[in-house]
Amino acid sequence: MALASEPQAPAPTPLLAIAACAATVVLGIAACARGRSEAHADPATARIVTVGGAVTETVFALGAGERVIAVDSSSVYPEIATRRTIVGYQRTLAAEGILALEPTLVVAAAEAGPASTLEALRRAGVRVEIMPAADSIATTGARIRAIGAAIGSADTAATLATSVEAAATRATEVAPRTKRRVLFIYARGGGTTMVSGKGTPAAAMLTLAGAESAITAWDGFRPLTAEAVVEAAPDVVLLPSRGLDSLGGIDGVLALPGLAATPAGAARRVVALDDQLLLGFGPRLPAAIDELARALAAP
Amino acid sequence: MSVALAPGHTRRPSLARVITVLAIATAVIAIAALMVGAATLSPARVLAALGRGLGLELEGSHRDDLIVCTLRLPRVVLALAVGAALASAGALLQGLVRNPLADPGLLGVTNGAALAAVAFLVLGDGLLVAAPGALRPYVLPLCAFGGALVATAVVVSLARVLGRGAAADLVLIGVGVAALCGAATGLLLFVATDAQLRSVTFWTLGSLGGAGWDVVVPVAVATALAIALAAVRASSLDRLLLGDAEARHLGVDVRRLTAQVAVVVALAIGAAVAVCGVIGFIGLVVPHLLRAWVGPGHRALVPASALGGAALLTAADAVARTIVAPAELPVGIVTALVGAPVLIAIARTRSAA
Repeated sequence: MALASEPQAPAPTPLLAIAACAATVVLGIAACARGRSEAHADPATARIVTVGGAVTETVFALGAGERVIAVDSSSVYPEIATRRTIVGYQRTLAAEGILALEPTLVVAAAEAGPASTLEALRRAGVRVEIMPAADSIATTGARIRAIGAAIGSADTAATLATSVEAAATRATEVAPRTKRRVLFIYARGGGTTMVSGKGTPAAAMLTLAGAESAITAWDGFRPLTAEAVVEAAPDVVLLPSRGLDSLGGIDGVLALPGLAATPAGAARRVVALDDQLLLGFGPRLPAAIDELARALAAP
Repeated sequence: MSVALAPGHTRRPSLARVITVLAIATAVIAIAALMVGAATLSPARVLAALGRGLGLELEGSHRDDLIVCTLRLPRVVLALAVGAALASAGALLQGLVRNPLADPGLLGVTNGAALAAVAFLVLGDGLLVAAPGALRPYVLPLCAFGGALVATAVVVSLARVLGRGAAADLVLIGVGVAALCGAATGLLLFVATDAQLRSVTFWTLGSLGGAGWDVVVPVAVATALAIALAAVRASSLDRLLLGDAEARHLGVDVRRLTAQVAVVVALAIGAAVAVCGVIGFIGLVVPHLLRAWVGPGHRALVPASALGGAALLTAADAVARTIVAPAELPVGIVTALVGAPVLIAIARTRSAA
């Protein structure tokens, strides 16, 4: 009966007021918009948008950073890249936003999307190049070459790829074969903590660094449970630095269910590495293998 | 019967005036929304691009055409259609259950759609491969739409079998089914990978980014159905406001009316959710605001809500796609930012009165 007892005073038109406010906000935003220079067709002077942390890192490593006008939010390395215009998260790109930057080339990771945005960019005459994913030394080299081909630096890229492959192979060879069983924890806040099984980029990095995944019972990530952790009995816990921070440091990690009862917990062996370095599979792969191997081998 | 429900009816604006005012406001907002975006285009260039879209011989670039006619125009039209669908369905539902705080989540529509969509995002790779190429972009919306209809069908039939098919049964069972769908969605999220979770989050916050002419039509048709039902059954819906028993004495087939409203609401919300995810507050706030102005009679309230919802969502989406340009905010965040304070203000006004 609530409807029948509505107050009867003829209210003003609140909706119109709201609508007017919204329209004002919208027009205000439009008013402070920026002018853009004309686009270039020449690859050497292309206006590039890079999408994906490893793609951005590689383009900068190839010396083409000057041509990068914008990056996505996952591009956190090198530091100078983060000062470019950010076009948002790689899976939720907005077509008009990118078009407004008047790029001539978008070099994107395999995760980039949605497909409708990429399609709209192509129809607007922007070259969109999707790069393959990488989770090994060979695919890392292949991706560097593909990125080089996309930005017109094939020769530089071939040199870089060859040296990255050689250095990464050497890093793997010299990595101590500790065969330590490592539990990779991916914490994304909000109480959800996932652990890696086999077949993930994290597991691939562990193998390259002479260790192995403590969990081999399943593929991919699953939520962390006390019993799974105890059964896995890891020697070391590995997590991205941002994950370590979100859990509240080493003590926070060891307070996770079951962890204190593992060899890693008893010895307080918790290793944190920068997310993009650890899982990027980019030009810093040799350094990542080296750093990871040394951290995992520490007593 | 709306006369009996609204003692102050002589002070109510006429239906023609309400519709005229709202239609003008909606048109102004729609035109303003076409003019703004991440790309800076002068109104003259936007109008020229629109003119070329209509086949006129006007100066301008291909890029302008693409931005205005392929990106902005379908998006504004979709915002109008989805806003209208959400708000008119909300108005019908609030009348049906006689509660101005009812929202489309109540019948399990939203949760049913969300469950089906999340199930597809997490488990659906096989389904995608099995679908013919031309259909692939529509598999997710079709799943969500199917989920909305199935959830509503379950709610309505359970309400008829276990109860008397009246609004109170509908609400109780609807909340139960919604909770079940929510639990199943939670279970799926539990096993989802990080990438899948990102897609799900994007979807549950709503976005009009997938706008294209192909998805506008079904939403518009579902909205038209909701408004048509309100027009045809307005007096019965008004009688229902008096209570089920009273309405029955006044000759209303309550079970039939309840089922009709539930189906039309599921169609409208299901189509809207399928195309752009879960967009909150429009279905709740718009009918609520307009009831104070046009009164509770459904003949005026439902079409007025449709226009109001269209205007509000179009404005919210214009903000969502410009405020963090070149990126975009999920529009659900904007509608909640606008909707929540308005709702609180309404609650305050009501308790003061």
